[in-house]
Amino acid sequence: MKHVSIPRPSGYDEMLNPEARVREHYGSYWNWLVRQPASLVERKRKEAELLFHRVGITFNVYGEAKGRERLIPFDTLPRIIPASEWHALEIGIRQRVEALNLFLHDIYHDQAIIKAGLIPAEQILGNAQYQKCMEGVDLPNSVYSHISGVDLIKDGNGTWFVLEDNLRTPSGVSYMIENRRMMMRLFPELFADHLVAPVDHYPSLLLQTLKESAHHADAHVVVLTPGRYNSAYFEHAFLAQQMGVELVEGADLFTKDDMVYMRTTAGPQKVDVIYRRVDDAYLDPTTFREDSTLGVPGLINAYRAGNVSISNAVGTGVADDKSIYPYVPDMIRFYLDQDPILQNVPTWQCRDKKSLDHVLTNLHELVVKEVHGAGGYGMLIGPTASKDEIERFRALLKKNPDHYIAQPTLSLSTCPIFTAQGIAPRHIDLRPYVLSGREIRMASGGLTRVAMQEGSLIVNSSQGGGTKDTWVLEADDVK
Amino acid sequence: MLSRTASELYWLSRYLERAENTARMLDVAWHLSMIPFSITARDEIAATLIISGCMEDYEERYGAVQVHNVLHFFTLDDENPVSIYNCIRCARENAHAVRGRITAEMWESINSTWIELQEMKQMGLLTIGASDFFDWVKNRSHLYRGATYGTIMRNDAFRFLRVGTFVERADNTARILDVKHQISDVAGNAAVEYYRWSALLRSVGAYEAYREIYSDSITTENVAELLILSAEVPRSLRACMQMLCELLPAIEGDAGKNAKRLAAVQYARLQYGDVRHIFDLGLHEFLTDFLRRISELAEEINREFLEVTK
Repeated sequence: MKHVSIPRPSGYDEMLNPEARVREHYGSYWNWLVRQPASLVERKRKEAELLFHRVGITFNVYGEAKGRERLIPFDTLPRIIPASEWHALEIGIRQRVEALNLFLHDIYHDQAIIKAGLIPAEQILGNAQYQKCMEGVDLPNSVYSHISGVDLIKDGNGTWFVLEDNLRTPSGVSYMIENRRMMMRLFPELFADHLVAPVDHYPSLLLQTLKESAHHADAHVVVLTPGRYNSAYFEHAFLAQQMGVELVEGADLFTKDDMVYMRTTAGPQKVDVIYRRVDDAYLDPTTFREDSTLGVPGLINAYRAGNVSISNAVGTGVADDKSIYPYVPDMIRFYLDQDPILQNVPTWQCRDKKSLDHVLTNLHELVVKEVHGAGGYGMLIGPTASKDEIERFRALLKKNPDHYIAQPTLSLSTCPIFTAQGIAPRHIDLRPYVLSGREIRMASGGLTRVAMQEGSLIVNSSQGGGTKDTWVLEADDVK
Repeated sequence: MLSRTASELYWLSRYLERAENTARMLDVAWHLSMIPFSITARDEIAATLIISGCMEDYEERYGAVQVHNVLHFFTLDDENPVSIYNCIRCARENAHAVRGRITAEMWESINSTWIELQEMKQMGLLTIGASDFFDWVKNRSHLYRGATYGTIMRNDAFRFLRVGTFVERADNTARILDVKHQISDVAGNAAVEYYRWSALLRSVGAYEAYREIYSDSITTENVAELLILSAEVPRSLRACMQMLCELLPAIEGDAGKNAKRLAAVQYARLQYGDVRHIFDLGLHEFLTDFLRRISELAEEINREFLEVTK
């Protein structure tokens, strides 16, 4: 691959500087790449696809035939983050998650932040994700979001921004681990040349965090899945296996005298910690949705009695709601008395009349998101939207302004991928996973998602996004 | 172990064992149907429908018994719930549900079998060739068994997998023997009889065992003795029951008294059984009784270990 030509990046590119020269932290990788035969990339891509299929690293797509499985496109050109850059980023992420957990504890206890007038009461108490049943419930270490996924992007100047916080059941961590395993299998020699921070120990960090969320030592942990047709089933099974704990469905559990048990071949066995991958609304048909068959009747009573821990806690959704997101920098100042290290993307809350007017006038330049939306569904990207689409959103905004926020269209940094036509830049984001127990733990890096279509800004796997391995270098000076 | 997990593992094994036995049974019938002096080629093929109890299903959909239709019905027909295609699909779905409890190599073996099978379904049995397909099924089954034996921990997961295998195998061996015995009654041509019994022995992989133990011409009594009472032949009824008697009590906890008792009683009957008594009673009667007992045992295993409801 002697003559690799890459177009000059139009925005911020992770590998190339504005003069289309390879950035220092990619130097060693680049030296390796140009020495490889041109056929290598395609061969390795096919090999990866075969391996992913054989291992069954797939996800199910809603709206398609039941049980239909797909592969998430995987690109073998790693996204590399220098040690110093990661170090600064990690401090900012930890600060943010710490504040969010303090916020959750506060709103279900003293509500100091409301009393201080920082956030209007109705925006918290009137939020559909606010769970009244959690008021006054004390949790071990006062931690609510044991597993947080913080979505980060870089803008055109290379500045990091937090796009959103995921505090309910953030998914994708299995791809972080499997992508690394795949890269080590495909290109073992690369890992001899680069000191890449490991991510494989994430499941043991997760298990430790889950055990710490229990009310007593020697906790018996299970993973609760909605079942094999859930889009993230592979991940549920993967994490249970990697932690060496049972993967259960709602019907496998039952409650008796406010205790939770699982049905085993040797009789009932007590359960202390449930790492649930089921939404709040489906957890307990006697408390939430009556029609839920995914949950466990009586679970919330057992939870409130302190006989079982649920991770993440019930009611965390209020803190990662897009209408609460604009207040996170204020939370950091309020609870930690620190300046926020990571910036929020400027956000207009359409519930506010002035903001709404601004948004309606500038729809063609903005990104509009549903406050409760996720997965890249129900959003408008102004600059690429058709006139009809813009008008449709204008009507939606006028009808239900409370349901929407708007943000400027950030350019999102790019990282090159291998395409059939050669190396080409694609937009990416980054989701690091943050574990909060007695202390905060992280595996370096996270999941890098890639918008596989040229120019696209949508990285969600449900919308055809792909992934890359994310390398955090252990030292800045690469060979 | 979680009851649901145990159930998925148990059925995973049963489906794979059934797929393998179906391939064995068909392979034999297919070969026999091509023997020139076999008067009723269709009888051999029809027998497979009787063995598996799906004559009605077949006739409803295909009408008269025709070799290629029956082969399709049992192999790649996705509307027949007991076709090899559906057995492997179900096994793979169960494996998917418990992939955290089986090893990566077991999962990869089942999953790649399923992926290849879908390609084969596109090609159709005529293109692949029936014999090649049966060999493929047997080979995939061997591979899976090897991956299982070579990698999984010897814990309850392993035991429930094995319990499923032997319940299914005992049932299948008894059925193959029963139907072959009934067909051979109506025939009577000595040469055809010889081919029939030797083909049956080959179908359960016991031809060499027969030669070694009896070193004699093949007779109904000897074949029955070998496949019912022999402790050395791994697909015999006795061997299956012996395994069940070892596996069930080894499962952790005190559950399953009825299943353990039924298995022990049945094993004792075979361990101390005599082929002359079996023939005094009538082979068909003996096998019918055995099948009833196996299904009773399967029900108890289900009730005492596997059911999700309390």
